[in-house]
Amino acid sequence: MSEHVEPPTRRDFLFGAIYAAGAGGVLASLLPLADTLAPAADTLALASIEVDLAPILEGQAITVLWRGKAVFVRHRTPAEIAAARETDLAKLRDPQTDADRVLRPEWLVAVGVCTHLGCVPLGQRSGQPRGDHGGWFCPCHGAHYDTSGRVRKGPAPANLAVPPYVFLDDTRIRIG
Amino acid sequence: MTAPLSSPATRLGKLVAAAADRLPLSTQIRRGVVDHPLPNSLERWGKLVGSLAAFLLVVMIATGVILAMHYTPHVDHAFDSVERIMRDVGSGWLVRYLHKNGASLFFAVAYIHVFRCLYLRSYRPPRERMWRLGVILLLLMTATAFMGYVLPWGQMSLWGATVITSAFSAVPVVGERIVAFLWGGYAIGTPTLNRFFVLHFLLPFAIFGVTVAYLGRRRLTKDLFALGIFLVAACVLVFWFPDHLGHPDNYVPADPAVTPPHLMPEWYFLPLYAVLRAIPDKLMGVVAMVGALLVLFAVPRLDRSPEHGGRPRPWFAVAFWLFALDCILLGYIGAKPAEGVWMVAARLATAYYFLHFLVVLPLLTHREPDARGRLPGLAATGLKALTALAAVLAVASPFGGETLREHDWSWRGPFGGYDAAQLRRGHQVYSQSCAACHGMKRVRFRELAALGYGDEEIAAFAAARFVTDGPDDEGEMFERPGLPSDAFPSPFPNDRAAMAANSGAKPPDLSLLAKASVGGADYVVAVLTGYGEPPPATEIPPGTYYNTAFPGHAIAMAPQIFDGAFEFADGAPNDAAAIARDVAAFLQWASEPELEARRAMGLRVAAFLLALLAAMYALKRRDRAVAMPKRRVKT
Repeated sequence: MSEHVEPPTRRDFLFGAIYAAGAGGVLASLLPLADTLAPAADTLALASIEVDLAPILEGQAITVLWRGKAVFVRHRTPAEIAAARETDLAKLRDPQTDADRVLRPEWLVAVGVCTHLGCVPLGQRSGQPRGDHGGWFCPCHGAHYDTSGRVRKGPAPANLAVPPYVFLDDTRIRIG
Repeated sequence: MTAPLSSPATRLGKLVAAAADRLPLSTQIRRGVVDHPLPNSLERWGKLVGSLAAFLLVVMIATGVILAMHYTPHVDHAFDSVERIMRDVGSGWLVRYLHKNGASLFFAVAYIHVFRCLYLRSYRPPRERMWRLGVILLLLMTATAFMGYVLPWGQMSLWGATVITSAFSAVPVVGERIVAFLWGGYAIGTPTLNRFFVLHFLLPFAIFGVTVAYLGRRRLTKDLFALGIFLVAACVLVFWFPDHLGHPDNYVPADPAVTPPHLMPEWYFLPLYAVLRAIPDKLMGVVAMVGALLVLFAVPRLDRSPEHGGRPRPWFAVAFWLFALDCILLGYIGAKPAEGVWMVAARLATAYYFLHFLVVLPLLTHREPDARGRLPGLAATGLKALTALAAVLAVASPFGGETLREHDWSWRGPFGGYDAAQLRRGHQVYSQSCAACHGMKRVRFRELAALGYGDEEIAAFAAARFVTDGPDDEGEMFERPGLPSDAFPSPFPNDRAAMAANSGAKPPDLSLLAKASVGGADYVVAVLTGYGEPPPATEIPPGTYYNTAFPGHAIAMAPQIFDGAFEFADGAPNDAAAIARDVAAFLQWASEPELEARRAMGLRVAAFLLALLAAMYALKRRDRAVAMPKRRVKT
């Protein structure tokens, strides 16, 4: 390249600065536009729900909707609790003790949304497949969960989430 | 199809040309299209595919704008508004079926074009920019079709959207926040539906723009005959098999608490879905699915072999047909359950998909093995035949499930319609038995006119039922006798009451049951007559009955149909099987009241198209006779 290259002048610098500032302004003005697409205040403030546990017999489970998602409430049998407690943590993909996942051993409350791609796993009703570990089985892509809602097999990367909840008394909980 | 000089079309063409000159792409395109024209026959093929795509795009935009005028993007109203289009809006079923099947045809044309380009290696310089523009078009189409499929808000809509948007949660660290941003909430809801609707409306205009750049100054096809054949095929699809390519589950309204047991996308996404499921790791599965599309961008770099000057490349043909077969196989696997042998097959097919692009193509680049022998030629021909066979089998295969006994319905066959006497008997069975638990909120009493009832009879049917109305002047809800404009009411005030009265199992609304079941009316008969003793070692939960046809075999509904349970005024047989057939026919009519009108219009359209086709054929023969001597002079 034998052509003579002009050194940058003050004018070039000003142009550069103006372009940079303009681009920054455009980007900044896009932020509120993007913000409108995020969950709105009323969605964020979605009320908590109360669940009556009294009618759920041992071995049964119910599904309630919280924030538009299915939440599993399962009244576990002693055998199911024992299976969940005795699991070797080293075998788990997402290691968590059962005690960390429940407030009271006989009640398991978990978001019924497969951590793979968001399907609702089967196993709530008797007669549905519960997977290899007696918990839930997701029919979409074949994830297996145990009686503590922990992933044991399949493509899911994490355990079923435990929503925030408290016991109001012995037979009522509030989720959220 | 060339426009006369100085017509608006030519002016538009000049405008497009002027715009194309100002686009940086234009030189590339001109070099690709004008300076390096394809052989004559291939150019004609290209024009045909381009014309079909342009035609379909216009159809999709026209029908889509009309559908948008009737559609409501809200979780409580979306499904109902689509059903209103199907049942109440004049010719609404036609517009919706055109739009729904138009998407399938659009993808069919696009895929044929992609495979043709891969076969002809149209991605080599100087056409690589064109190829990449085409891949962008494919990506835009994919996004648009995905969002469009969510809008009817059936079970497949909701759960397909859930699976695909949840794929973004695989992104490390910020994944969950991206998903909440996409949804506008904690789950897919009205904000999601609304933005998908807007984007589904907007993106086609981007597609339109890119298509104009892509097709450039290529003129439309003159092969009206081939265009006519396509139209006849489209007519058969829309008027006779409008739901063949969709899953019946999408006629079940979306339910965020229950995922359908056999989740699957539309056929054109099945190969990608198979890739997603093949990999047992979430992040890698998503990466592979996206990669399967994005690898197309890299094809011009992966296959760098120079021009072969028309020398045959038999090994390349073998590789190509193996790849095509692999894609069809992936599509077939995508519709199967994610377990057992299908998972193994999915992994093998996925591995080969990437192997073809990343290994086979570059290898063939360096040397096409010297292949004078007949082996590769034979292999390519065999693979070609196998691919065609697999494509036919995949298209014809049903959605699985146990095979049901097929009955000889009056609407079977291309000219079939409903048997009004049978529908009246079915209506009698519904009113006297089913209606005790099941409503039909999409069917109005006035529609019974189609069964041959008079106005007074219909008014009497309606008045025999009570519907809740109000509030009155005191603010109280009240019950009144039904009117012909009312829908068949449900006996329960709401879903919760229905569940409470039926030990937790809600009796489904029957308006769409036949259409929403795999097997349709055959399935209804199979369930009604499928009761029996459970086989040994089968446990049936308390409060349910064993039924051979019902999914899971435990049904909460007690047997309802017995020999002689109903007396028909027309003296028709009233054994249990006959009664079940009559009520199944009635439910079929309830779910597809437009069937007779659809087929009648289909026959008229087909007759018109066939006449047009004959004229086009005559024209084609004449053109060929004129063109032949000319070409001999030229070459």
